[in-house]
Amino acid sequence: MAVTTSKPLDARLLRADFPVFEHPVRGKPLAYLDSASSTQKPRQVLDALRTFYETSYANVHRGVYDLAERSTAAFEGAREKARAYVNAPSAREMIFTRSTTEALNLVAYAWGLDNLGPGDVVVITELEHHANFVPWQFVAQRTGASFRHIPIDDLGELQLDALDELAASGRVKVVANNLVSNTLGTINPVEKLAAWAHEQGAIMVVDAAQAAPHRAVDVQALGCDFLAFSSHKLCGPTGVGALWGRAELLEAMSPFNLGGEMIRSVSLEKTTWNELPYKFEAGTPAIAEAVGFGAAIDYVSAIGPDAIAAHEHELVIYAMERLAEVPGLRVFGPPADRRTGIVSFDLEGIHPHDVAQVLDFEGIAVRAGHHCTQPLMTRLGVVATTRASFYLYSLPEEVDRLIDGLHKVRKVLG
Amino acid sequence: MSGEFDQMYREVILDHYKNPRGHGTLEDPGAHAEGQNPLCGDEVSIYVAFADDGETIEEVKFSGRGCAISQAATSMLTEMVKGRKASDVAVLPKEELLEEIGIPLSPVRLKCAILGLGTLKVALHKAKGTPLPEEWAGFANELELK
Repeated sequence: MAVTTSKPLDARLLRADFPVFEHPVRGKPLAYLDSASSTQKPRQVLDALRTFYETSYANVHRGVYDLAERSTAAFEGAREKARAYVNAPSAREMIFTRSTTEALNLVAYAWGLDNLGPGDVVVITELEHHANFVPWQFVAQRTGASFRHIPIDDLGELQLDALDELAASGRVKVVANNLVSNTLGTINPVEKLAAWAHEQGAIMVVDAAQAAPHRAVDVQALGCDFLAFSSHKLCGPTGVGALWGRAELLEAMSPFNLGGEMIRSVSLEKTTWNELPYKFEAGTPAIAEAVGFGAAIDYVSAIGPDAIAAHEHELVIYAMERLAEVPGLRVFGPPADRRTGIVSFDLEGIHPHDVAQVLDFEGIAVRAGHHCTQPLMTRLGVVATTRASFYLYSLPEEVDRLIDGLHKVRKVLG
Repeated sequence: MSGEFDQMYREVILDHYKNPRGHGTLEDPGAHAEGQNPLCGDEVSIYVAFADDGETIEEVKFSGRGCAISQAATSMLTEMVKGRKASDVAVLPKEELLEEIGIPLSPVRLKCAILGLGTLKVALHKAKGTPLPEEWAGFANELELK
């Protein structure tokens, strides 16, 4: 873990770092309540991108000239920052990908295709994002493994008493779960699941896209085998994500993408693979984006994941209190102390698209839809929800504006 | 309220949303299809009954839940196509419906607005055995019409 501070954060002060808030939306100050989808970018990250392109940009790893060496140093520096951020043992275990989605596909394909077969069981959860659901469903079908899920209770929390039945259903080889649910904000018991997975002889694959930007994440404390997270949900650029995996698993795996950079030697007869992490980084990577990712990790680390978690916790308590004032509004998911700064809700008789559309006219950005969790929507008995999500720059008065907006939604469409 | 807001939720839209015309289902429909908006998971089913000439749309009903825009647009659509020839409606340009809706729509909301029309077109082309124009191919995913 990078240096964290227990000092509470000052969201009003931090907001000045984000140029987007200087621009009104529909004539009103922007209330950006869609950070679970993607976060806004601070000047520090934008400046790092610009400075890198202006002073240190070249392709990485191959050039022998000074500029290429500096570019490589910046790129590898970002890898080290990503390693430290999740307390991974070694930077060679940190693979840059395009996204969390690509990272999870990498594991599903490169590990799953060679290690799964009939009689094996892949276990996912009912509240999984499609990114950690569909690749496993697909690879299970391709290999003949069975695809099972851990159900949730009515509060949106995993029902761990289902584990015994899952263990009895075959050889459990993979357990895949998000550390934090992107729709409900549920903080899942990944340490427990990882311990159970290892008892079954399974690997534990963690989607930390909604966790790493919002709270301290430590791959060693979690006891998992793979963990993926994204830059763009952590104040960084789009187009880059990180996968941590245990070296012994990564060493034994076949490559995912093939081409330049990931080889040791190529001949007409035979190709051998480069060492970790480059074996999994075919082609020119998103170099500047990775450097920007590193700058974002610096920015978030300086504020401190614990301080961010505490700030979001206060906001979500306040939001849930105030949402309860709105007639016909139902909040999904667990109580505030077991969730992050994500609140999904239904306004009786009004479609989430209309809720989000009316709020948009008030300068309030929320997400409406199934949030890439259709099995969860089915379980909740809805086709879609409206979701408000917070980050380090979110303010209580944005919650107030959301509530006022929801009253207006009811007036217009109720 | 901004002018754009008033326009989007103008009275005629809210009226069609709150009192949708043609809401329901038909037994033994002459044409039928189900459509989905993958962005929000909304589903709509369209049912068409033809007159004795087998060509004139005598009755058209829809079921399924959706946002105000998709509900109002589909409701308006049922009024618009009733009494018209299936072959005309099958090639009806979406602009005709959009003109009737009469509000500015972002690309995302456009998908809501034409969900009913796309599904109706799939139903008619399927019933008549004619190929669905490429523009509407996205609606045929589940229907083996590609």
